[in-house]
Parts: sequence; structure tokens; C-alpha cells
Amino acid sequence: MSRITLRRAAILLALVALATLPAWVGNSYYINIASQILLWAVLALALNVLVGYAGLVSLGHAGLFAMGGYTAALLLDAGYGHFTGNLAALLATLLATAVFAVLALRATGIGFLMITLAIGQILWGIAYRWAGLTNGDNGVNVTTRPAPFGLSLASAPSFYYATLVVFLVTVVSMAVFVRSPFGASLAGTRDQSRRMTALGYNVWLIRFLAIMFSGFWSGVAGLLFIYYNQFISPQVVALTTSAEALLMVISGGSGTLLGPIFGAAIVVIMKNVVSAYIERWNLVLGVIFILIISFMPEGLVPGSVRLWRTASQALRSRVNGRAALRPAGEPTS
Amino acid sequence: MTLWLTLAVNSIALGGLLFLLSSGFSLIFGLMRIPNLMHGSFFMLGAYFGVTLLAKGYNFWIAALGSAAAMAVIGGIIERLLLRRLEGQVLPQVLLTLGFAFIVGDVCLMLWTGDPWQPATPDHLRGIVQVAGLYFPIFRLVIVLVAMVIAIALWLLVDWTRLGAMIRAGVDDPAIARVVGIKVSQLFTLVFALGAALAAFGGVMGAPYLSVYPGLDFEMLPLALIVVILGGTGSLLGALVGSFLIGFLYNFGQAMFPDLAYVILFLPMLLILVLRPQGLFGRVVS
Repeated sequence: MSRITLRRAAILLALVALATLPAWVGNSYYINIASQILLWAVLALALNVLVGYAGLVSLGHAGLFAMGGYTAALLLDAGYGHFTGNLAALLATLLATAVFAVLALRATGIGFLMITLAIGQILWGIAYRWAGLTNGDNGVNVTTRPAPFGLSLASAPSFYYATLVVFLVTVVSMAVFVRSPFGASLAGTRDQSRRMTALGYNVWLIRFLAIMFSGFWSGVAGLLFIYYNQFISPQVVALTTSAEALLMVISGGSGTLLGPIFGAAIVVIMKNVVSAYIERWNLVLGVIFILIISFMPEGLVPGSVRLWRTASQALRSRVNGRAALRPAGEPTS
Repeated sequence: MTLWLTLAVNSIALGGLLFLLSSGFSLIFGLMRIPNLMHGSFFMLGAYFGVTLLAKGYNFWIAALGSAAAMAVIGGIIERLLLRRLEGQVLPQVLLTLGFAFIVGDVCLMLWTGDPWQPATPDHLRGIVQVAGLYFPIFRLVIVLVAMVIAIALWLLVDWTRLGAMIRAGVDDPAIARVVGIKVSQLFTLVFALGAALAAFGGVMGAPYLSVYPGLDFEMLPLALIVVILGGTGSLLGALVGSFLIGFLYNFGQAMFPDLAYVILFLPMLLILVLRPQGLFGRVVS
């Protein structure tokens, strides 16, 4: 009972902190970083559906992300309105995701990952090489931000609030998704796909729907991205973006709701800090990957907890000398 | 007519290069099931090693072999010290190799700058042969010849030698292979080093033709991938056929639909995935 109250209090506190963030942060540079964290968290949460709950690792999510972003940016550029642009972008993302899912689900495990990587590179190829459609390396400018219900999103705080609303909707939908029977059956296909088949579940369909769900939110994140940057270029579709999204999921701890959000915060903050000093973000990204794999393969949040526990246990056993002298074979805890 | 013929010769040469790249990838990914996302980096780093040796005045073949040897050592060390500890864990292996790929890309950019390096074709390989009134640049033919020699050597190695039988046994059932006295993990290090060396060798062979520039790594990685998916995982014959198929598709696509050439490359892969997911020459694994 008290744990639930504690949890509710923590959620409430986090909500209050997020809602009042522009007031206590003040500087619009930091408010923009907060917006970035939230929009990348949407992508990380979307990818987490696959990595964490479906056990399918995708390295092509930058493609789905950019599918939403590019479609909207190109339609806006062609003179369509925000509503049409966004609707078409989400539909295009869903369509692309369906093709993506059908192809990638021809395999699981490494095969799945490699196919998603290849599809991501195809989408990169379209964005980069098909200059007639996508304006190639020059990218596409998005001149205006939308004004839902007549509220302008031009300033940093107003855009932050819009992003926050989308982010919260994403989090709630993820929470509902994870706790739903469908979420449970998805975890079932991850852990025991053969048994799930034997129980009469359509494993393929469950995975397909999970990918569609993930693709939808990736597209939403893509929309937030183009409105935040007011620009999109093939760089966004590059493998680096997919890798960063994966890093957010892994570093925070995949298969949890909070992990990808923390991961997004860590990566965005680190990227901003690192870029302020050196140009070598890719190098840093690579080193972080290797360090995480070597020391905290389960993610920073669960990993820190484990390291802390091990350290405090070691400390305790040193203080309490007799614990170390326990005869072998007796359980230690 | 001559245009088509030139394209065909270029396609075959590119196919040869792709085979050097993807045969190693086929061994590492197809046979050993290690998702090696730094294979393109091996190719690029090998090419940079090669052009550096060439710039110092070394003979072309010494540069190519030296670069391959260096990459074999680097690949072997990475496999032995890091990848080995992650045996069978796909996600960590992916992150590790991806991490190295980013590091290699950035370090290469630092050391060799962002400008492309294109060494001159070595003197003794320059020139043109005339066959039946048609002209062929010697260097392109040499690439194909080298690819063929390596293809045959690999086929003999994997299918017909004791070492090859031990590798196959180690892949099929590592536990039993160990029981009968095969040192599986040492063999795997060896295979990984061989794959890295082949990629580096291909990188040097390709340098006078493709040139070396930042981003070459992630351009070659998907090519290796589609070749292996097309040909079937673990099949050297598949890698060979897939390489030439992609070589033709790339050159002809570039000539006919320059905007879409890169996308066209992936079409056969998509078709194969839908119609025959195990690839052209892949074994069906139950």
C-alpha cells in the first residue's frame, strides 16, 4: 500500500516538475533541450516496444522516424496545410511500417536485425540520392510550426508544452499497452514463441501489430522532430540515428517504461555537452556502446542498482568479517 | 554497344570486389552467426592502411597483403578479447560491433581527413588488353581474377580440408566438437581474422577504383548484407553469385536510373526475402 502511495507521489512530483519546467529553467536554450529529450523519448519508447517487449531489435527505426518527418515536410513544402500534412505523414509511416514488418518478420533474431538495417539504408538511399523527390543533401525546410486551437508554438516554452502533451499521451499509451493482455501476449512471444504458437496464439500477427504500434509512434516522433528543427535532411535517416535510438533504449534499460525516457535524457544531454567541446560525437557514441556492453549490459538504471548492491554487499561483508568466513555451499543470501 | 560492354566489365569488377568483402562477411555472419556491423569498417580501414603503404612507395601487392595482415590481427584481437565473451548474445554483439564501427569511422576521419584518397593504379597493372576488337582495362580483370582465386581457395578450405571440416563441426555443434577435441573458440578467432583480412584486402584492391573516403564503411556494410541475404547465409557460392548480381545491378542501375540506383540494389533482396527467405543457395535450417 505504502509503495503504491510512494509511487503515485513520485509520478505526481515528476508531472509537476515537467509542467513547471519552463518556469524554473528559464533560459530558452535549456527549455529546447528539454523539448529534444521529450521528442527523442517518444522515439525511444516506440523502439522499446520492439527491443524490450517483443525481443526484436530494429536498426531501421530512423527510416520510419524520417518517413513521418519527410512526408510532412514535403507536403508542407508543396503548400498543404498542417492537418493534411500530419495525417498523410502518419498514414505514410503506417504504410511503410507495414511493408517493413512483413519483410523483417521473415526472420527473427539476427536476421530480423539485419533486414531492418537494410531497409533503413534503403530509406536513407531514397532521402539522399533521389534528389528529385527529397531535395537530396540540401534537405527540406519547414517554414512554420502549426498552431493547434489558435495557440502559436513559435516560442520555446509553447513548443515544449506541445511536445510534453504528445510525450504524455505516448507514455500513457505505452503503459496501457504494456499492461494490456496484448502486451502480455507480446512478452509471451518474446520469451516462449513456440509455446505461444502451441497455445493457439498467432505469433506473427502479434509481432506485426507490435511493429505497427512502434512505427506509429516513431512517425509521431518524426513529426515532432521536423517541427522542432524546422528542417530535415538525409542525416536524420542515417544509421547513426537508429543507433542513437537503440542506445537510448539500452542505456536506460530496455523493457521498462522509464528506462528509454532516462536513456533519451542521457543521450541528448551528453550529445549537447560533447558537441560543445569536441566534434567527435560518433567516437564518443562508440565508446559509450562498448563501455555499456562491458560493464552494464542490462542498462544504466538496472546496472547502477546492481553495481551499487554488489559494492554495498562487499562493503558489508568486509565490515562484518564473519560473513566472508561462511562455509562454502551455504547460500549467501 | 561499347557503353554496355564497358558497364558489363565494370560490373564484373565490382562483383569481384564485393565478393572479397562479402565472403568474409559470409564466414562471420553466415557461418558463425556473429552480426558483425563493423565489416564495412574493416574494408575502409584496410583501404586506408593500403593507400598509406602505397603512398610510402611500397609495391601494390605488399600493401594489400600488409593491410590484410594488420586487419587480421586487429580483427582477431577484437574477437578474442571482446566478442568471445558475448557468445550467443545478439544484442550486445550488435552494440559492440556498431560501437567499434563508429569509432573506426571517426578515427579514420581524424587521421586521413575528409578528402577522398585515390591511389594511382599500379604501373604493372595499368594498360588495356584487346580481345576480339574490344578493350579491357587490365586492373579490372585482375580484380576478377583475384576474386576467383580466393573463391576457389575458400571453397577448398571450407569444404575439402580438415580445418574446414573442423570449422563446420564447430558451427554445427560447438559442444560436441569440443568434446572430440576441436578447439572451437580458437578456430572462430581464426575465421574472424580471416574474414577481416579478406575485407581489408578487398578494400586495398578497390582503392584505385572506388577511392577511399569517409562513409565508405556504412556504404559497403549494407552491400555485404544484401549479398549474403541474396546468396543465402553461410553459402560461399551464394556470396559469389550474389556479388556479381549486385555488381551488375549497381552499374546498370547507376547508368539507367541514377536517382534510384541505390534503391534498385535492394529490390532483389526484398524479392528473395518474400519468395525464398533462406536465400538462393541457403540451407534450410530447422
